[in-house]
Amino acid sequence: MSSQSANSYWKANLKIVASLLIVWFIVSFGAGILFVDALDTIRFAGFKLGFWMAQQGSILVFVVLILVYIRLMDRLDAQYTNDNAAENSAQSDEEAGQ
Amino acid sequence: MNVQTWTYLFVFLSFSLYIGIAIWSRASSTKEFYVAGSGVPPLANGMATAADWMSAASFISMAGLISFLGRDGTFYLMGWTGGYVLLALLLAPYLRKFGKFTVPDFIGDRYYSQSARLIAVFCAIVISFVYVCGQMQGAGIVFSRFLEVDIETGVLIGMAIVFFYAVLGGMKGITYTQVAQYCVLIFAFTVPAVFISLMMTGQPVPQIGFGSELTEAYGGGYLLDRLDGMSQALGFATYTEGQRSTQDVFFITAALMFGTAGLPHVIIRFFTVPNVRDARRSAGYALIFIAILYTTAPAVAAFAKTNLINTVSNAEYTAMPEWFKKWETTKLISFEDKNGDGRIQYVGDPAVNELDVNRDIMVLANPEIAGLPDWVIALVVAGALAAALSTAAGLLLVISTSVAHDMMKRSFMPDISDKKELLYARLAIFVAVLIAGYFGMYPPAYVAQVVAFAFGLAAASFFPAIVLGIFWKRMNKEGAIAGMVAGFGFTAAYIIYFRFMNPAIDNADNWLFGISPEGIGTFGTLINACVAITVARLTPPPPAAVIEIVERIRLPGE
Repeated sequence: MSSQSANSYWKANLKIVASLLIVWFIVSFGAGILFVDALDTIRFAGFKLGFWMAQQGSILVFVVLILVYIRLMDRLDAQYTNDNAAENSAQSDEEAGQ
Repeated sequence: MNVQTWTYLFVFLSFSLYIGIAIWSRASSTKEFYVAGSGVPPLANGMATAADWMSAASFISMAGLISFLGRDGTFYLMGWTGGYVLLALLLAPYLRKFGKFTVPDFIGDRYYSQSARLIAVFCAIVISFVYVCGQMQGAGIVFSRFLEVDIETGVLIGMAIVFFYAVLGGMKGITYTQVAQYCVLIFAFTVPAVFISLMMTGQPVPQIGFGSELTEAYGGGYLLDRLDGMSQALGFATYTEGQRSTQDVFFITAALMFGTAGLPHVIIRFFTVPNVRDARRSAGYALIFIAILYTTAPAVAAFAKTNLINTVSNAEYTAMPEWFKKWETTKLISFEDKNGDGRIQYVGDPAVNELDVNRDIMVLANPEIAGLPDWVIALVVAGALAAALSTAAGLLLVISTSVAHDMMKRSFMPDISDKKELLYARLAIFVAVLIAGYFGMYPPAYVAQVVAFAFGLAAASFFPAIVLGIFWKRMNKEGAIAGMVAGFGFTAAYIIYFRFMNPAIDNADNWLFGISPEGIGTFGTLINACVAITVARLTPPPPAAVIEIVERIRLPGE
């Protein structure tokens, strides 16, 4: 892989990680701890929302975050390994032509 | 059949299964011994990671702790699951791509330094030993209560089993035993929860029963409202409201998260899968399997607390059921009739309260309190043992690889043959089992505090060193060493100062920024990172070969 595409792969990777970690922070530290009392004023079924987020919701979101990460990284990997293969074959075509 | 017979039957069957698996999966090379030949499918690795991770603390103690802490118990739930997000996104794929056997391998190679490697070995061994003692003690409690043997005999049986499959199979044996142990423990945790949820709310799913209305027999109304009401009436804290300060809960949660992501026995599991893609997948599976228990636990906590108050509050002491008497003999429940009326006053005011219930028994006693069938109670025993033994085995393996691989092979005897190294690894497990067993029989005074110690230390030593090593090319050996020493030293000193030297002043007025010793690991992590970055900036950059390692682990694939 060329250093340029390695670089852009890494940047795309960082972007995925950073955006998922922002959600991670908002859900756990935000909803579960910092704003839990404000959310507790909302109720559904027998739960206060803040309490539910802290003891159930945040864990479910964590699972979803990892699943999304797996999906996005698989797609990114596929894109770059394909690009890479295309680049290589283009190169060998050129070499064959010369 | 009575509880005793069922218990013997389940424990015997599950132990035979573990031994059978161990014989089937003997390890013949160091690669098989350390990382199961890197051939574990992601689904199996997910289960093994979950069993490895969920210890006696998760199975036996956590729901009990939550039932006494109420909403504050959240830091265990979020801390011990949220850390997996960090692990999956920041560590697991890159460490797999790096492709060696252990955490000290990565630290030593990335920071091109024997001292860094040895500091990492030291941290890994301390953390794992502290943690394994808690497991052995958990197994001892279970044996002594349910098999009615001495704690010593109980610990000996547990040691013999772990020793057998860890020495024989190494990581390969441990992995496949952990898969079986996961199945046993999750079944054992959820079945009683489903029964109790059905009984109290008519809902088979405990996570839904948690927010449902109680049946007529239990007085109707939403479970949590009722629990809040009863708690207030008896002078306990309101269940769904927090008591600790927000910054303390914040710091404890973060310390548990960073600690989870830095624990060597969890990280090492991601070296056992064939490639990076599978490392990501197995982190996903692991969290799903863990979440099944972690979303059930708070429901169990609320059910158990409600049930306990219903059963004991203002009831005749002589009319207490059999389980009450049995736990009294283990001294984990104690009753003192202060006002001499023959009734149990279970209230928040310590001057009037007559009942003392150890938190650790809530999960174990819960099926008995709820009057579930005998076989369910026996199942919980087998599950608790599975949880304790699977984690103990994973930790012992870390100790063994640290000694045989990181210390012998990579530091002091580089020419050692594969066969010799394997022998040392097995010897190291043998010695580690003996030491852990000793501490299981004669535990240091505060096991729970000591385990919290392990998280703080893992957070303050490994987490920043690994993350900076991957995400910042400029990070060098001087920075990493200074950071690890500062983080580990600060955290250890703070905990030792408050928990062991001056327990009398261990309260919010004296804590630094109101952060309890459980949460100080977060601060240690920040200190580690700040010191590491500052020192790295002032010292020469790492050599080109090391920068190449970092560039390689950032590439896609394999």
